[in-house]
Amino acid sequence: MALDTVAIAAQTPDQEQPFAALGLKPDEYQRIREILGRRPSSSELAMYSVMWSEHCSYKSSKVHLKQFGEKAPHSDALLVGIGENAGVVDVGQGYAVTFKIESHNHPSFVEPYQGAATGVGGIVRDILTMGARPIAVMDPLRFGPADAPDTRRVLPGIVAGIGGYGNCLGLPNIGGEIVFDETYAGNPLVNALCVGVMRHDQIKLAKASGAGNLVVLFGAQTGGDGIGGVSVLASETFGSTGPAKRPSVQVGDPFTEKVLIECSLEIFAEDLVVGIQDLGGAGLSCATSELASGGSGGMRVELDTVPLRDPSLSPEEILMSESQERMCAIVEPGKIARFLEICKKWDVTVNVIGEVTDGDRLIITWHGETIVDVPPRTVAHEGPVYNRPLAKPEYVDRVNAQVLDLPMPQSAHEVKAAIIKLISSPNMADKSWVTSQYDKYVQGNTIQSQPEDSGMIRIDESTHLGVAISTDANASWSYLNPYEGAKLALAEAARNIATAGAKPLAVTNCLNFGSPEDPGVMWQFAETVRGLADGCLEMGLPVTGGNVSFYNQTGDVAILPTPVIGVLGVIQDVRSRTPMSFTDAGLELYLIGETTNDLAGSEWAYMHNQRGGQSPIADLQREIRLIELLLEGQSIFAAAHDLSQGGLAVSIAEMVLHNNIGATISLDQEIGIVLLSETPGRVVVAISPDHAGELISLARKYDLAITKLGTTGGTSLTVNDAVIPLDELRTAYTQTIPKLFG
Amino acid sequence: MAKIVVEVMLKPEILDPQGKAVAAALPRLGFTFATSVRQGKRFEIEVVGDPTTEQLAEVSRAAETLLANPVIETFVVKVEK
Repeated sequence: MALDTVAIAAQTPDQEQPFAALGLKPDEYQRIREILGRRPSSSELAMYSVMWSEHCSYKSSKVHLKQFGEKAPHSDALLVGIGENAGVVDVGQGYAVTFKIESHNHPSFVEPYQGAATGVGGIVRDILTMGARPIAVMDPLRFGPADAPDTRRVLPGIVAGIGGYGNCLGLPNIGGEIVFDETYAGNPLVNALCVGVMRHDQIKLAKASGAGNLVVLFGAQTGGDGIGGVSVLASETFGSTGPAKRPSVQVGDPFTEKVLIECSLEIFAEDLVVGIQDLGGAGLSCATSELASGGSGGMRVELDTVPLRDPSLSPEEILMSESQERMCAIVEPGKIARFLEICKKWDVTVNVIGEVTDGDRLIITWHGETIVDVPPRTVAHEGPVYNRPLAKPEYVDRVNAQVLDLPMPQSAHEVKAAIIKLISSPNMADKSWVTSQYDKYVQGNTIQSQPEDSGMIRIDESTHLGVAISTDANASWSYLNPYEGAKLALAEAARNIATAGAKPLAVTNCLNFGSPEDPGVMWQFAETVRGLADGCLEMGLPVTGGNVSFYNQTGDVAILPTPVIGVLGVIQDVRSRTPMSFTDAGLELYLIGETTNDLAGSEWAYMHNQRGGQSPIADLQREIRLIELLLEGQSIFAAAHDLSQGGLAVSIAEMVLHNNIGATISLDQEIGIVLLSETPGRVVVAISPDHAGELISLARKYDLAITKLGTTGGTSLTVNDAVIPLDELRTAYTQTIPKLFG
Repeated sequence: MAKIVVEVMLKPEILDPQGKAVAAALPRLGFTFATSVRQGKRFEIEVVGDPTTEQLAEVSRAAETLLANPVIETFVVKVEK
């Protein structure tokens, strides 16, 4: 193919261009022509097409996401907000923590191992880019039915890919979720979270300022990986017969990434960069245009100086390549020698590929000829914005009006059968088969991880300051009521932090939905964002960033709306944390929070193929009071465990199994409802009998219902007359997943 | 007796971290000939008698399903005496 330069583009305005195959709509192509005053060169077209894809430009979601800024609660903790690679939160003692969650759904469907592995690699580089040392990862996952052939194909590969990449990097994997549901068949969700820590003065931003400063590319060489992956792979619905297009996937190299992390941290420590950006989706197109756009605008890049793994790559391909483990930095000329020296020490490939200019255009040349000459803001930050039509889908009123007809256990035999059935279902069963493939304790600072309510990491070994993170989503509630579903997921994640004794501080999110071109899906999305923004405002938790993944659907069938909400909290002394389970017999068990009939969207209803009814309405004031109670009373709790999917039945079973100490509880309300309802805002706590008075007065102070359930001890879980030996309970709980995937 | 051999290689545009590691190790050991190394895998499959065309076709199907990951790898099936 002959080189298409800017000069040729200006002379041949009528040449046809394959904009549609690159995912651009006719009016978007027209807009590029208007911005440039001519047709784009093929390299410019490549850049605009990847950067204006849904994945990079957020063109369908932007109009809604701005609510996170408009409704942001005042927070002194927020150091860097939405818009950078990741948000940064002040956790005290001079430490700042950055965390973010991103999706790698479609690549993981096409090639499970590498898709999931590079998902971890990408989010880790986002955190590194902020100047932080990555300290832990988490992976919320969603799959089709556990016994479906496609689930058997993708799950083992995805789990191995997450484990393989994360373990090689030496990053503990401290949590996440695994949920099975029909709507994820063919659309598995692989969301990856990373958290990193730094000192306040080490925060780095993605901007290229200071004319004469150098543009430096370092890390892996550029190959033909995932070319067009962003625009084609991430933004087009799969046909019902399978993926319509199968572009080459990216292969990750965690050892290169590990070296890149250490090299970058040494460079940061010597303050050698003005701005920095990782190369992820859209590769160099994204890094150069975002850096230039984040600064004063002018940048000149000689694309032929980019080191290549495959010398036959064309300039368009180099611009679009998604080769992993690469970073782009802006370096003052006086510091470049030291920068190169550090790269050499770590054996990291490094090349100066251009410089910041005092103009306002991003100019890219190829062997002296200009192939790109664009205003970078139009590529990176001023792409198309769509206010897509939205309409409440007809199913909502229909399913909300349905009355559930569920078998409710009453006799001792039925109660036992229900508990066994519930905890052996794939969604509730023990996930150790998965989490044992992840290294949870590497680096030695993991305080708790799966199956605890949240993951917790010590960040200072002398003061024992730590952070806790939980990710949660309840797609069944979001399906019934996306507005409430988002608030309820937020409340659950915050509660899961607080049960351990950490104070919730900030929120990240990964919003997984079907096609934004479907007004029903767009309505679900808009309601979700409205709910999350309102919820964050009410709970005083700022959204620090996040990710939107659209087009998770096969044919006309979209996934359940799945907003995965991550909440990060801080704990002053990790040694005082409250575990999810008790280690002693003779403790008293209390249920804090009131139980009502909330079976709609519950696991019990799902197991009986019933999806109808009305989701609970989030009472965030009550959630806030519960969190305050948990924090104030932390010193008296021997254990605290959140109630969520599966209700009291599952939570109490998890508690007795965790340390193999039984419990005897007596329930006097309608037993089926108390055991199986999923009323939000409830926690089971274990305390020594001497603290009962203190707990009851705390509950009164925070105006929360409290019920004594029973006492710990023995070798069985006894619920009224139903006696379940722990061995039998354990077998039911632990057999399911290994049987399916082992 | 003849053997059916299946050779699997990563597609040329796919990064090969193992090959890269070998390429980096060679000069450290004094071998300076290589400009690039790519690593693959080889399966030797024995059948009764000489392989038939049908068997080779079946091996190809098995290679596509199990021995190779066609999303990122290519393979060739051949007979060796």
